[in-house]
This record gives sequence, structure tokens and C-alpha cells, in this order.
Amino acid sequence: MARCPFFWIIALVIAVFACAPAIGNNVGLRESLALAAVYIVLASNLNLMLGYTGYVNFGSIVFFGLGGYICVWLVSSYRWPLALSLLAAGIGVSGLALFFGFGILRLRGPFFALSTIGVNEAVQAFVENFGPWGGSSGIYISPQVFQPLGGPARALWIIYFLLVAAMGASLYLSYAIKTSKFGLGLLAIGQNEDAAAILGVPTPRYKALVYSASAFLPAITGGLYFFKSAFIQPSDAFDLSLSTEAIVICMLGGQGTVTGVAFGAYLYEELRGYLLTSPLFSNFQLVIAGALLLVIVLFFPSGLMGWVYSRFPRVQRVLE
Amino acid sequence: MLGILASIIDGVLVGLVYGLAAMGLTLIWGVMDVINLTHGTMIVAGMFALYLLVSALGVDPYLALPPVLIGGFFVGLALYWVAIHRMIGRPPLMSLLSTFAVNLVLIGIGTGIWGTALFNVAVSVPGVSIGRYTFPGAHILAAVLAAVIAASLYLFLQKTRIGKALRAVANNREAAELVGIPTTRLLAIAVGCGVALAGVSGVLIGTLFPFTVLSGDGYQLKSFIVTVLGGFGNPVGALLGGVALGLLEGIVTPFVPVSWTLVIEFVLFVLVLIAFPGGIFTSRRGAL
Amino acid sequence: MLLVIWLLNGTDKSGQKPAGAAATIALGANREDSMKRLCLLAAAATLFAAPAFAADDTIIIGMTASQTGPLNVDSLGLQRGAEMWRDEVNAAGGIKAGGKSYQVKFVTYDDQSVGGRVQQLYTRLVTQDNAQFLFSPYSSGLTAAAAVISEQYGKIMIDGGGAEAKPFELGNKYLFMVITQADYYLSGAVAALAQKAPHAKVAMVYSDDPFSKAVLAAAKDQATKAGLEVVMDESYAPSTTDFGPIVNKVISSNAEAFLGGGHYSDGATLARQMNDQKANMKWVSLLVAPADDKFGELGPAALGVTTPSQWETQVTYKPQFGPTTPEFIKAYQDKYHATPDYHAAAGYTQGAILQYAIEQAGSVDPEKVTAALNSTDVTTFFGRVKFATDPGHHGLQDAHEMVVAQWQQMTDGKLGRQVVWPDSAKSANLIYPIPPATH
Repeated sequence: MARCPFFWIIALVIAVFACAPAIGNNVGLRESLALAAVYIVLASNLNLMLGYTGYVNFGSIVFFGLGGYICVWLVSSYRWPLALSLLAAGIGVSGLALFFGFGILRLRGPFFALSTIGVNEAVQAFVENFGPWGGSSGIYISPQVFQPLGGPARALWIIYFLLVAAMGASLYLSYAIKTSKFGLGLLAIGQNEDAAAILGVPTPRYKALVYSASAFLPAITGGLYFFKSAFIQPSDAFDLSLSTEAIVICMLGGQGTVTGVAFGAYLYEELRGYLLTSPLFSNFQLVIAGALLLVIVLFFPSGLMGWVYSRFPRVQRVLE
Repeated sequence: MLGILASIIDGVLVGLVYGLAAMGLTLIWGVMDVINLTHGTMIVAGMFALYLLVSALGVDPYLALPPVLIGGFFVGLALYWVAIHRMIGRPPLMSLLSTFAVNLVLIGIGTGIWGTALFNVAVSVPGVSIGRYTFPGAHILAAVLAAVIAASLYLFLQKTRIGKALRAVANNREAAELVGIPTTRLLAIAVGCGVALAGVSGVLIGTLFPFTVLSGDGYQLKSFIVTVLGGFGNPVGALLGGVALGLLEGIVTPFVPVSWTLVIEFVLFVLVLIAFPGGIFTSRRGAL
Repeated sequence: MLLVIWLLNGTDKSGQKPAGAAATIALGANREDSMKRLCLLAAAATLFAAPAFAADDTIIIGMTASQTGPLNVDSLGLQRGAEMWRDEVNAAGGIKAGGKSYQVKFVTYDDQSVGGRVQQLYTRLVTQDNAQFLFSPYSSGLTAAAAVISEQYGKIMIDGGGAEAKPFELGNKYLFMVITQADYYLSGAVAALAQKAPHAKVAMVYSDDPFSKAVLAAAKDQATKAGLEVVMDESYAPSTTDFGPIVNKVISSNAEAFLGGGHYSDGATLARQMNDQKANMKWVSLLVAPADDKFGELGPAALGVTTPSQWETQVTYKPQFGPTTPEFIKAYQDKYHATPDYHAAAGYTQGAILQYAIEQAGSVDPEKVTAALNSTDVTTFFGRVKFATDPGHHGLQDAHEMVVAQWQQMTDGKLGRQVVWPDSAKSANLIYPIPPATH
């Protein structure tokens, strides 16, 4: 894989993300790229299901939120070091996903999509009633937790680099799966699940595995994100609109492609950042996102990369 | 004891309205395998139509039903041509996303115009009091109207030509084409009816509870639960499913802290989906 | 991509780039170029000298407001109060400190009542908009989120919108709350109720959000100590719109008094549905909602409802600086054609207290202003303001007190609020019990 140019392209992107804000201590840029990295993680991991197997996970945010909760809870209640808490969050959530996955992945297409919303809402409603996790008030982290990391300013940088690492891992994971036998099986499921099963692809196992895999990095990213926010609440942690945006990004960039999704995430985050603070458009952010999605679904279902591949076919050999 | 009974009865009354709301969703699903993710927003549109008609024109709230029914039908036709027509025959994911996109646009416009302020339509219908408990008149009237409209839909589907044609298309679209039924037109009509039903249920809900532009999500989720309980594509099942949901809410609330009701509903939703993918009250999927 | 990044994000205004440029120019020993280099150096130096602020003598205050989202009704008052203060200060020549006058500039973003957005926006306010001071958003949840950012970057934040104590108990240096904290919200109502009906049965039903939970938890404690019997204690999801089942439960519990609610929408709906279902509570205290004039639109459902209020138009504190209550009311009515509510008064006070501290400190340096705030003990039209300074509770409001207001029939036949508690501040007598609903 290291011989493929795409491997080095990903490495370049990671390097840019890591170095650009570090030059000149540009905190504003860092915050902006941090958010882009979060979107890339969410979208790339969603893409594992959406793009490869064709299953839409409307509630993918549940991994992010649960990961956030586990990490923040371990750090604030038990004073675990950050790295360990993140790992616990990642493993815990993917384990849970594997468990749930076997249940809801028996459902096909739209039923699966709806059930993922149900899972997210059920988890949110449960957490809101769950005392040890602060119920609906959430958990606050005392600023003291930043001390082991060298104080708030330094901690923010460390968290940023960890986010970039998670982003890089997501991109590599997407790429690795796509070019592996496992990925081939997933794509077969996406084309025609019954035919794939007949031809010997172990569909239930593969679906559960990819569902679980798609939970790991978002859980860790959730842990990082909410640790940084020093504060987690159910309404923020399980906000369906973030899953929605991840779906829009996958469709925008080109579902099933690694580059498209990453680039789409970056573009979308920039657009959103602009819309958020523009006095004229902040109300119309949803309208624009919706209109964008509609146009893509109606006329460009293969997204940006689909268009690029059709115009420049040779690109497809390099950019996955 | 009386309190629990009161709760249950009230739950059933409101459940009938939920059932009506879900009928719109299930009709579109049954006829063309499309899950209309603008459903919740169409319910809200009905609520706002009620508000505007009442506050701007001083119309009696219940007289808002006919215009919303007709208006909703045309909105549904538009929705079909904009978002659904091109998606027929494509994977269901696509129509899911296209209706989802339209929903985002509508909510965005709605919040742009009305923000997320709470709106309230004052309805004064004398209630029925039994002991210390009062059943608000509005609840009773809404339930009755919901039942009437649902019955009309049933007759429409069973007895009229268009209704039969719709059922034919739902059963087997290609075969229907072959026998000369103009399927595209009927698909559009189905969406029109589905949205009209959503709008009308919105009017009824608007007479019961206050609402904001964002209220649609909650009612859409309830519609999904009802549809799952009653069977996709089964209007009668939807009504029964609505009653079941209302019953559940009525039974649960006296015993359980109110904040757990949502958890129970969603867990039930997922469990029923897994156990009965076609719905509990259905014998055959797509059997309208 | 780098180019795109720079273009889309702008450069940091901290002057780091000129430093690099000046350094490379200063190196090198060619005499003929030294004049050129000197000029370039001077040019670079002026870039250094240019302050990081938008213009000389401006103080930038950053905040978010819930212009959209479920909290927008309540947030509007807070924002308007603050803006009115800004306009008055600027018209009077600005804040005067250290021999200079500073015009006040606000940078405000819409947080849409969403916590995640709040943190992004406050980070932006601090790192890109160069806000020197911050005002809180509206509501405890959002304030807690914003406080993380203000502490991370060491900026003073004046809190006029979040009453929950938790964010202040984590150890902070720069957070200051001008309103009464959540724990004391219902203490007046409980005391008044205990006086009128010593062993009344109380139902507590409230929104499942940090603020309401804190208020009612403290109220339950105070009620039990006062001899009242708490027969129901439940929270509902903030998104609830149908309170029918809950009201039935309240009726079943045989309660005579009701305490609870949350923010505007749920409070208003609770009042309406309790009236519709003839719950006939003898005492109803709702949080926040009845303090808004809109509540009067509920008509008979509003009658007799009490609410804890940070401030009412009838209070008569004697201010040591700033407008008196009548002056504030008149100015607000002239500007916005509406009567100010306590959110507006709190918003104004946020600015007034910050101004006072800056003027006392004689500087805009954060450490000096913090010291001034820590030693503040003044009375404005809003009431007395003094901050707790021990590390475990830094910034909590120590001196300000709540009043209890009740919706009553006024002399002109319309419905309005009267201050009914404490006795020293009241403008009318408390009505107890609330007359039963008649349809």
C-alpha cells in the first residue's frame, strides 16, 4: 500500500493539517481545522457503511456522543488519563455497536435507516435519565483536568494533534478497507446483498464488523471533542443534525470514495462556518444544506468525485 | 384508579389523531415504497395553516380542515414532481435522501420566517368532566374528526375507482401499467393524499397542543412508531397503531416518571422493527 | 490547499508575520541597503504598534444570543438590555479609564440555543474578533459551555443569563454572575406559601434542564424544611408539548400547590393546560414564563400565577450610579416600545457593572478589572451586586435578591404583574388561594 501514490497523498493532507496552524501559533486556524477534522472523521466513517454497503446510518452520531460520554465520565469521575479514557471509549462503543449491530442489521434498507434514528433517540432519552452521567444536565469537567497535560493552552494543542491523528486514521482505514478483500465483500453487499450472500460473502458478519468498525474512530473523536469542550450534555452529544450533515457530506463528495468524502467534509465545514456567522445567512443554513443535498441527489448522485471521475477518468487510478 | 382510567382514555383520544397523522405516511409508503421524510414538516404546515387562517381570517378552527385538505393535496403533488418522480425505481435510499433534503429546505424557510417561537391556537369546546378529571372537549372533537376522516379514506380506497387503482398500483406497479392504469398520475395522487392527510392531522393537533416550526420531528417519530406498529402501507393498521401508541402513553405515564416515556417509546420502536419488520397488524406488505 | 486555507481563514492578527519579516530584514550588513532596511523596519514596527484592537480606544465585547432556537423569546430581553447600555455609554462619550475614553463595540452571534455552537462562536470571538470582554449567552446550559472558553483564554465573562451555580464551583478566575443564582429562585415563593398554607401538599414538575433542576432541587430542600409536604417530584423532557398526562398526575397526587416549569414555552403551556383541565391549584409558581408580558395573553389561565423574578418594574432600589428604575423603564420604552422584563434589566446591568469595574480599575487590563470586580459592592436600579471571591464559588452573586411577582387583575381591568413578596418590596397583596377556574 505504501507504494500507492494515494497513501502519500493522505500523508500530505495530515501533514498540512498538523503544520499549518502550528506555524505562527494561529489559534483561529487551528479551531477551524479542528472542526474540519471532526467532520472528516464522522463522514469517512459513515462512508464505510453508506458508501460501501449502501446502508444509511441516520443516527451515526450516537457513536460520537457515547464515546464522548464514556471518555468525559472516566476522566472526571475516575481521573483516568486522557489516552486511556479515549481508548476505553473507542473499544466500549465499538463493542456496543457490534452487539446492537447483530440486531438491527437484520433489517434492510430504509428499515435499517429508521432504526438507527430510533437507536440514537433511545440512547439520548436513556442518558437524559441516567443519574451517574449527569442526566440532562450533563457532566462538567473541572479545569484541573488540563493540568496533567500542561495547562489549558498546551492541552488544546495536544487535543488538536490527536484529532488530526484520528482524522488520518479514518482516511487510512477507509482506504485500507476499500482495497481489501473485506472491502470487496462490502461493495458486493452494496450492489446486491442476496447475490453476494449466495456467492459466499458472509453478509451478516461483514455488516456487523463494518458497523462496529465505523464506530471506533467517531467514539474517540467524540471523546476528544467533548473533553476539549469540558462539558457534555445529551442534547449536544446526540444531535441528529450532525449525522445529517455527515450524510450530506458523503453525498456531496461522492459516496464510496475516500477523497471525495474528505474534501466534501472540508468544503462543507468552511461553508458552514461562513453561514454560521453571516448575519444574513445564519438562519438559512439549513435551507442551503437541504437545497444542496436535493440537487446532488437529483442530478449528481455520485457526488463531486463522480463528476471528476467522469471528466478525468485517469484520476480514478490515483485518487480513491 | 380513576386517574389511570382517565389517563388511558385521554391517551386513546390523542392516539386516534396520531393514527390519522401516520396514515399519510403509510399511504405513500404502501403505494410507492417511498418513506416521506417531509411528513413531520407537512404536519407542522397544517398547524401553521390553522394558525394563519384563525388569526388572520378569524375562521373557526375546525373550518380550517377543508382548505388544508385541498391545499395539502396540491402541495403533495408538487412534492411528488420535485423530489420523488425521478427517484421511482431507484434504490430507496435515494428517495429517502431527496425527501430529507426537501425537509431541510422547508424547515430552514420555516425557521427563517417564524423563528422557533411558540404558537398557540385557542380553542374553546366544552369538555366532559367525570369526577375530578376533565376530558378537554378539543381532545374529544379531534378524536371524532380523526375517526371520520380515517373512515372516509377507507371508503375512498375500497369503493372508488381511483382508490382501487391506487391499490392496484400499490400491489404491482408494472401489472397496473399493463392494464392501462396511468401510474405516474396515480403516484402523484397518492403523494397528494398523503400530504393532505398529514396537513389535516396537523390542523387537529394544532387545536390540542402548542407548536413551533420544529415540532414536526416529534410527530414524525410518533408516525414512524405508529406505522411500524400498524404495518407499512396499511391505513387501518395505522389507526390501530395510533390507538396502541396512545394507550401505551396513557398507561405508562401514571406509573413512570414522565421523562422515561420517550425511552420506552423508542426502545419499543426499535424492538418492534426488528421483530416485525412489516408491522404488527399486517398480513402482507403493501396490502392496502 | 494551503493558499485556500489562508484565504478562507484570514491571518492571525497577533503580528507574528511582521516579526518574522522584520527579523530577516534586520540581518545582513550591506550599508547601501541599510536605509531601505531601516524604512522597512519602521514600517514593520508600525504594524507592531498598531494595537490588536479594531481601532484605538474601542472596547470589544463579545457574546452570543439565542436569536433563533427555543430560547429566543427570553434571550431577546437580555440582548436588548445590553445594547441599550452600550448605546447610552457611547452617547455619553464612552467608558473612561486611565485618561482615555473607550467606545463600546459589540460582536454578537446567533447561537441558535445550541451548546456546541456556543463554544465555536466564543472561541471565534476570542481568537478572531479580538473580544476583550465577554457577556454570557442566555440560559445556564449555554453559559456553562461558554464559561469553558472564557476560562481557557483568560477573558472576563459577565453572566447575566445563566443562574446555575455549577460552572462557578469548578474553580474559575474570570467569571462573574450579576443575577441571583438558581438555588435561591424559589426561596421567596416557598416562604410565602409556607406562611399562607403551613402544611400544604406541593407538586414539583419541572423541565429536565440544568437550570430548572437546580432551582427545584433547592426548592424541595427549602420546602421540606419549611414544613410543606412534597407529594410529587418529576421532570419532563424540555421538548415536551403535551402536558395532559402530567397534569392528570398532578391532580391524582392531591397537591394544592404547584412549583415548576422551565422556560417560556413549557411554562406557558403548563399554565394553559392546568387551566383547561381544571386542576384548580391554590398556588402556582412557574419559572421564567410568567415574567414575560406575553404570558398575559393566556387570559384566565394566567390569573394568580406567581413567578420568582430578578427584577420588576415596581422595585425601588436606590442606585449609586446609573439610571433609577423609572429612568430605565422610560428609556427602554422609548427605544423598544415595550416594557422591560428582568432579562432586560440583567442585560443592562451586565454592562453597567463592567463599566463600573473598568472605571474603578482605571484600565482595561484583565487582571486589574478582575481585581476591581472582586471588590465590587454597589447598588444599581437592579439591586445590590457583590461577588463571592472564595475559589470554590468564585463569581457567584452574593447580594442580589429575588422578588415574587403575581399576575393579578389591575385597576384598569387588564392583567398585570404585581410584586407580592417580600413585604418590604411589595406593590400589592398576595392573592391566595387562586380562585378556581370557571368555564
